[in-house]
Amino acid sequence: MAQGISTAATGGRVALDKLGVILAVLVAAGAFLLPFATFRANRIVLGEPRSLLEALAPAEAWALLALVVAGGGVALLRMPIRVKLAASVGVLCALLVAVGRAGTFLTPEGNTFARVSPGSGFWLLLFAFALMMADALSRLALSPGKRLAGLAVAAAILGAILVSGLWNDLSILKEYANRSGAFWREAGTHVLLAFGSLALATASGVPIGIALTRAPGLRGPVLNVLNIVQTIPSIALFGLLIAPMAWIAANVPGASAIGIAGIGAAPALVALYAYSLLPVVSNTVVGLDGVPRQTVDAATGMGMTDRQRLAQVELPLAFPVILTGIRIVLVQNIGLATIAALIGGGGLGVFVFQGIGQTAMDLVLLGAVPTVVLAVAAAIVLDALVEMSERPGVREAHA
Amino acid sequence: MIEIDAVTKVYGTQTVVDAVSMTVPSGTIAVIVGTSGSGKTTLMRTINRLVEPTSGAVRIDGEDNRALPAYELRRRIGYAIQGHGLFPHRTVAQNIATVPGLLGWDQKRIANRVDELLDLFQLDPAAFRERMPHELSGGQQQRIGVARALAAEPNILLMDEPYGALDPIIRAKAQEDLLAIQARFGTTIVLVTHDMEEAIRLGHRIAVMDAGKLLQYSKPADIIAKPATPFVKELIGAPERPFRLLSLVRVADLAEPGEAAGAPLDAGLSARDAYAELLWSGREAAPVARDGAIVGRVRLQGLAKQAARPS
Repeated sequence: MAQGISTAATGGRVALDKLGVILAVLVAAGAFLLPFATFRANRIVLGEPRSLLEALAPAEAWALLALVVAGGGVALLRMPIRVKLAASVGVLCALLVAVGRAGTFLTPEGNTFARVSPGSGFWLLLFAFALMMADALSRLALSPGKRLAGLAVAAAILGAILVSGLWNDLSILKEYANRSGAFWREAGTHVLLAFGSLALATASGVPIGIALTRAPGLRGPVLNVLNIVQTIPSIALFGLLIAPMAWIAANVPGASAIGIAGIGAAPALVALYAYSLLPVVSNTVVGLDGVPRQTVDAATGMGMTDRQRLAQVELPLAFPVILTGIRIVLVQNIGLATIAALIGGGGLGVFVFQGIGQTAMDLVLLGAVPTVVLAVAAAIVLDALVEMSERPGVREAHA
Repeated sequence: MIEIDAVTKVYGTQTVVDAVSMTVPSGTIAVIVGTSGSGKTTLMRTINRLVEPTSGAVRIDGEDNRALPAYELRRRIGYAIQGHGLFPHRTVAQNIATVPGLLGWDQKRIANRVDELLDLFQLDPAAFRERMPHELSGGQQQRIGVARALAAEPNILLMDEPYGALDPIIRAKAQEDLLAIQARFGTTIVLVTHDMEEAIRLGHRIAVMDAGKLLQYSKPADIIAKPATPFVKELIGAPERPFRLLSLVRVADLAEPGEAAGAPLDAGLSARDAYAELLWSGREAAPVARDGAIVGRVRLQGLAKQAARPS
């Protein structure tokens, strides 16, 4: 399919890209029907939509419109993948710059109460061109190293925009400016919750997985219990932990001194850990089961002790599968950690729930956008690591 | 010397190995032949304790093989299996160095041994040392598998269907190599196969197993001439018997004084191949040459006499 689509127009007829048709519809809707930005007199009143042509100075508006339409055209037609990639990246950069310019353009001089936020048209355009870029990237099948480099470039662009102050007139950064101290504190808590629970789950889940392959009788019961834990809704699990954690804090000496309490970060960490355990344990079991039987037999037959065989043969060969489990857990926990705010556990969810309480969508975004960016970045980094850890020839040996 | 003494292995209600006793003298090759499920692999695995017998004992040079911890015993016994079982995440050199590494040899000694073994198996050390197993052909992987089994200079080598995955031409070459290595180091080899042809070609002694029982354990000529049971006879293949007998003898052993016309046969050729050559070229006799010099002749009649059932 990739080949067929990438070949240019054939036989005099203009060939259309299947995904491109959908993208072009999205682009048209985003550019012409939906508002590019929303203007509000203050942070909690209902917004007034501003179309793309209203949201920017005329010259910039027409330039962006031309770029977006051209980008939509590139998406619609069959063209080389690299052209599509360049077009999507170009339009995405232009959109990111333009949305900041719209903030400056729409904010009346000296007015600190007015709020300008990206409109649904902007989000739809961003989504359409991000999809186009993702499609082009996946068809290029870049090596893991190049994908990591691409991520670094994207992070650098984002960082440069933030440092330059281009977005300072956007509502989300105004919310940030009002609570930058709290933002970094909660972001730190968020990362700590997500990575801390992952570290605990890896440190205990891998040994549990190993134990299950050594004692097959335990496998069914243990995996079933972990499966049931996964099905408990996250809010319910956070709630369920309040009582036992409070009991531990009250009755175990020293427990409250190290921060254990019925609400707060401790039950949040425990809940995230409970969710993390199944992917880590089951991937460890699957990874170890996947080690070729002959390889294990040869290792034993040559006189490796159980421990040597595990460390030198089985774990290295199972590593990519275990790492895949860790990837699932990390991306899942970055999202789930948002819920921790409900029981006073902190994290970026604090802004989400505050924002919902105050009907201040910008504040919700201040919590949600960094969470999404973090999760996507974690997914890209770990996917690359998984691919780098896979060894050629190992899979064939399973046959 | 390996003494298998009344070894029985029971899994649940199934007796996989049933009171088998046999002795493999030092420096000889014993081949265990049988169909799948005959217990041949299980029997071999009791030698390095990959299987612990339900009853009976295995003694190596007179010492019970349970005297040492199993992993120490196994480090002294070479082990090569079908499909080679190479570690896919390690280089050729690291694979070969496995047991020396476990035994704590120093790096220099290991490196020397790796190169020596690669040379022995006609693989250029500089070219192969750093390769990964998946970059090798099936025959090369198999050779590395045997080289790895021999790395720590074991006196005993166990081989489980080592050539099962190879095509006939590469298999013949691998068998030739094994015979040469065995002759050179005097290793005691126990090899498991389902292929009687291979057993006759490699074995000083052949053990035929069926349904967990050892039916016959004798020299190839005896197995062919006097099969102990109908099953052994069937395994040899009755129509094949004369040719199997011929394959045990070399032309050099049958050469007689005299002259013959046509291209000479090499003295190292098996009598079976010589017989085929005479039939094919329509000759009654052919000269026998050793190192290019004619040392005598073989006759069709003389070869045919060799193929007859021994009295």
